[in-house]
Amino acid sequence: MEESKEKLRAFLARHISGRTVADDDQIFAAGFVNSMFAMQLVLFLEKSFKIAIANEDLELKNFQSINAMAELIERKASLAQNGSR
Amino acid sequence: MELTPEQQRLRNRFREFADAEIIPHANAWDRAEIMPPEVVRQLADKGYLGAVLPVDCGGAGFSMIEFGLLNEELGRACSSIRSLLTVHSMVALTIWRWGTETQKSQWLKKLGQGQAIAAFALTEAEAGSDAREIKTEAVASGDDFILSGHKKWITFAQIADLFLVFARSQRGPCAFLVERNTPGLAISPIHGMLGTRASMMAELHLEQCRVPKHNLVGSPGFGLSHIASSALDCGRYSVAWGSVGIGQACLESCLQYVGERKQFGALLQDHQLVQRMIAQMVVGVRAARLLCYAAGEMKDAGDPASMIETSIAKYFACKTAAELARDAVQIHGANGCSSEYPVERFYRDAKIMEIIEGSNEIQEITIARSACQEVAESTAIAR
Repeated sequence: MEESKEKLRAFLARHISGRTVADDDQIFAAGFVNSMFAMQLVLFLEKSFKIAIANEDLELKNFQSINAMAELIERKASLAQNGSR
Repeated sequence: MELTPEQQRLRNRFREFADAEIIPHANAWDRAEIMPPEVVRQLADKGYLGAVLPVDCGGAGFSMIEFGLLNEELGRACSSIRSLLTVHSMVALTIWRWGTETQKSQWLKKLGQGQAIAAFALTEAEAGSDAREIKTEAVASGDDFILSGHKKWITFAQIADLFLVFARSQRGPCAFLVERNTPGLAISPIHGMLGTRASMMAELHLEQCRVPKHNLVGSPGFGLSHIASSALDCGRYSVAWGSVGIGQACLESCLQYVGERKQFGALLQDHQLVQRMIAQMVVGVRAARLLCYAAGEMKDAGDPASMIETSIAKYFACKTAAELARDAVQIHGANGCSSEYPVERFYRDAKIMEIIEGSNEIQEITIARSACQEVAESTAIAR
């Protein structure tokens, strides 16, 4: 999970200039991001962690912080290992 | 950039279709402000309305590069029909990307085979570039949402069977699938637009439209950030390639004209000031196409940076098409101002491209902000 967080921190640093994002910072609530960012984040999660983000994953609690996304990645990866999404 | 033999084969097929079935009629459709049902049927029969959907969903299974080539060839022939491909693909892709299993099984095959036509209903009279200002409202009521509001400038709304309608709700922006026959939905055509005049544009009046909750696409609150954003990314990509098509059409028209027309005892192609315009057309079209290829390759690779690359391609291709179309009319002189030649249509259509799917200015803001973020990042790393 630490490795996922490291990748997430690097991605966020690219898109949230001039700020350090802590693992439990609420990135959307704080208004850090622009209109394209949400979908860029989805594409990043899918490509970097080989997961598919679908309709049922669209909950703010899955994306609101580095910790939340690391958990989503873990959950998705273990579901994939069990043969379903 | 070199096309694979398969891409080359597809491009030739698209080109032949555009030359035979669209170009001979495009000026007439433009004048009549009509897209005849027969040509929509032809597009469907060729599988082009399912371009962005995988084969197992009833689509053609084209890659994003191949979808781009289709947009260029249709855009070269007629921007109105390319607009149909744009809005229909935006909705089909959205359902494939974000729809529930029920929505997918209900719609994807129909859309992929063109048995139903889809349109994208975001814009309102007071909400253009700033989509957050939409006033259309969705209120939960039992197993339904009640939608009320007014959508404007909706491409192909005159003939669409299905609309992806965006509304605000208590839980944030939402996207809904709304069928044409929904009670309370009235559609009124818009005529007399400057360009893409055969794109069957209309207004939607939603008056207490009852839409089942299971027609919600994605979750409440995600309507703009994810649903509209991914659809518009597809739209920008399609418009970018379509604008390359307009540029190519201008170039081809001009090359023919300057090789036939004589003034001051010499063909126009031998006048240096005309040569400058031709050179700018050649280079502009080629550069715009390369940017589109770059965006397409990144899309096919699922690269998150594909979104900004698409914005860059859209910005350059649309600006270039507008400049080239202006020069194309200039080269044709009075002929270019008449409906005997197609360049006046290209000129009007190209102007629309600088406005739809994010105006030039919105793209400039997006591109500049992205560049500033990259600099901030590299500075932070250097520190």
